[in-house]
Amino acid sequence: MTTTTRWRALTRHNLFWPVAVLVALLLVNIPFTPDFFAIHMTDGHLYGSLVSIVLFGSPLILVAVGMTLVIATGGIDLSVGAVVAITGALTCSYISDQKDQDALAGVLLAMGLGLLAAVVCGLWNGFLVARMGIQPIIATLIIMVAGRGVAQLITDGQIITINSEPYKLIGGGYWLTLPFSIFVVAAVVAVTVALTRRTALGLLVESVGGNAEASRLVGIRSMRIKIMVYVFCALCAGIAGLMISSNTSAADGNNAGLWIELDAILAVVIGGTSLLGGRFSIGGTVVGALVIQTLTTTIYTIGVPTQTNLVFKAAVVIVVCLLQSPKFRAKVFGARAKTTAPATPAAAPAEPAPKMEVS
Amino acid sequence: MAEPQPVLEMTGIVKEFPGVRALSGVDFRLFPGEIHALMGENGAGKSTLIKVLTGVYTLDGGTITLDGRDVRIGSPLQAQHAGISTVYQEVNLCPNLSVAENIFIGREPTRAGRIQWKRMRKEAAEMVDRLGLDIDVTAPLSSYPLAVQQLVAIVRSVGHGDSDGSGSGTKVLVLDEPTSSLDRDEVLELFRLMRRLRDEGVAILFVSHFLDQIYEICDRMTVLRNGTLVGEHLVRDLDQVQLIELMIGKALDQLEELHDHQLHADVGESLLTAEGLGRTGGIEPFDLDIKKGEVVGLAGLLGSGRTELARLLFGADQPDAGKVTIGGKQVSMSAPNDAIGAGVAFCSENRKTEGLVPDLTVRENIILALQAARGWTRPIPTAQRDELVAKYIKALDIRPANPEARVGQLSGGNQQKVLLARWLITQPKLLILDEPTRGIDIGAKTEIQKLVVSLSEDGMSVLYIAAELEEVLRLSHTIGVLRDRKLVARLTNGPEITPSKILETIASGEQSGEQQ
Repeated sequence: MTTTTRWRALTRHNLFWPVAVLVALLLVNIPFTPDFFAIHMTDGHLYGSLVSIVLFGSPLILVAVGMTLVIATGGIDLSVGAVVAITGALTCSYISDQKDQDALAGVLLAMGLGLLAAVVCGLWNGFLVARMGIQPIIATLIIMVAGRGVAQLITDGQIITINSEPYKLIGGGYWLTLPFSIFVVAAVVAVTVALTRRTALGLLVESVGGNAEASRLVGIRSMRIKIMVYVFCALCAGIAGLMISSNTSAADGNNAGLWIELDAILAVVIGGTSLLGGRFSIGGTVVGALVIQTLTTTIYTIGVPTQTNLVFKAAVVIVVCLLQSPKFRAKVFGARAKTTAPATPAAAPAEPAPKMEVS
Repeated sequence: MAEPQPVLEMTGIVKEFPGVRALSGVDFRLFPGEIHALMGENGAGKSTLIKVLTGVYTLDGGTITLDGRDVRIGSPLQAQHAGISTVYQEVNLCPNLSVAENIFIGREPTRAGRIQWKRMRKEAAEMVDRLGLDIDVTAPLSSYPLAVQQLVAIVRSVGHGDSDGSGSGTKVLVLDEPTSSLDRDEVLELFRLMRRLRDEGVAILFVSHFLDQIYEICDRMTVLRNGTLVGEHLVRDLDQVQLIELMIGKALDQLEELHDHQLHADVGESLLTAEGLGRTGGIEPFDLDIKKGEVVGLAGLLGSGRTELARLLFGADQPDAGKVTIGGKQVSMSAPNDAIGAGVAFCSENRKTEGLVPDLTVRENIILALQAARGWTRPIPTAQRDELVAKYIKALDIRPANPEARVGQLSGGNQQKVLLARWLITQPKLLILDEPTRGIDIGAKTEIQKLVVSLSEDGMSVLYIAAELEEVLRLSHTIGVLRDRKLVARLTNGPEITPSKILETIASGEQSGEQQ
């Protein structure tokens, strides 16, 4: 009895299904790659599939964390991919103009410029959504489309390649045996959690997303809150843009961060944050982003033919979403629970989804 | 009046919701060619009865007879096919489509799968014409004011029977609060259309909170109270005071004895003064003065402007005339923040949509107003927060006494207490309570009223809105009486103020006796 209640408490935890899916996906790899979980040390750097998943997933985690807060206010930000491109383009073009690309001061200034551009994009989004009352999906569509053009203007339509040792660190370097990106991601996640949970920002964001009218009547300045989350989201995308361009030592206005907004939205949803706004979970989003990256890796390791890649990915996403739907679980698992436990009276055909309203 | 066969007869209608018996054995009948008012206070079962009739709810007991035949109405579509059409308060049409398209949407005349636009426009024009309306059917619906849109909705619903080939036509037209957002001329236009339909033999069921309108247009009325039938009367047999008595359900002399609770506390200097404050379509400009520690009650029927008045004092709606002074300083009232900054708190009558954030916990909901005032950078320290929350959960006896419970799962009374706690924690100077006791059990009702008295004794001013006159009388030092979106009288509570006097004031719309 106690084990079942404990099991039930565990399955009710908001991170249970995302983590379960992540573990399942990781396990799928074992028959195909027996040493999937092995991690070995070469030249003082740790290598292994798990490390790669986190490394390659870093930009997505960053973008998704920012996206989480936007979605929690009931909005959405489609422009993050374009912001990735703009940041990378601006930073790389500034560095490439330097005489000494290895000069730390120049690199830092370049990164600052790139991030400033990201913040400006965020302010624009926030202004349109919060001040002008434009629907978020439309407001952010503007930079999603125009931003790529801006990025290409900055790079003159070329792919700018650079050769800067200090800049290489953020996306491709190592520190304390681990990829430096992992530390960046850890820092951003920690800052985000502190920012939302150590201050009252998280509560106010959830309140605005959970009931906008009630929040207005309680005196929350939702306009400020909304602008803030769009700026934060763009800043996260900017850092991801630095990471991507640093990893390849190049700025590609056309392809950097292409479709990352869709993966990020998916990661947020898999992580258990509702697209309707309200409650959000940064931890869930990180797991969600890892699920998506693991899926991509798995597709390569188990040798799914390239042309069916996307179909395979879509199929897994459908399964994940279905698993997260309480209605679906009640239908499928509830029905099975009945057949395995005939003692329960037949009156209840399936375990009812937890009733939220008792008024 | 020689009474012919009723077109609609509902007998012994029962409708139950979990824990509530919304209708217990209600009889209702409707004759062809009459306009019949369904009267009752909020929660009396009017809308439930309408929803049973129009197939939105399935009934749990009783029978419905239409034209002498037993019918089972399982869905709104079935109701339409049976000849019962409904027009709701909000116009459920597509503003971007043309008038003709709106009239025919879902049943467009087609030939070989193609819509016959020409025929549709022609028929729509004929229908509009037949009802004596001057509307261009090719113009988009949104180019017309709300009132005309409402008329189009009526045309659409009465036209239905004619065009779907059943040949039955509309026998019963249900108009649920159609006039609540119309001005006087628009109402007259609507009435003209209603009379015309009546003369064609349609039976019209009319619901409105405006008593004058009932007396102007209706022939007969049925009064409900607490889900039971009180009576059916010819409108000319019942005057307004009698009607209100029936709706409220207390013989007036019974109410008198409750009067000993009346307060005579010393109230201090003026806290809030409103001069000429008003909002078009909300409430006509009014003057109001609330003193420190004073409880001002607002009495009036639902829709008389009680809520609108309160919302203006909180900046929830922006006034378009007048000014508000709080504590000697003028406050702009352009947003709730302005009012909150001046020490005003507001518990909305709509707990779910305008009060609670259902996903958040009890604790989070309680600290929300205080936290909003402090700004996001200054979270309330954990220890202080938990202490405050625990204190108010205990003081107001919120159950379950678990700050981590999701507030959406609480009962109505406890949700109301959470909202009260949210504002009390901010220590406001003026607390506006709009229907704080609606839909909650009797125990919680009493507790909330006691709380108001003790808050007032501690020097907090309270603006108290309640549909129940006894509550207003019991708690208030001063009573503002509203009627038809106008503050018509201000009565100082005292032995001479009785429920009947308030009812008289509501019914007559004039200040009588002592002025103040």
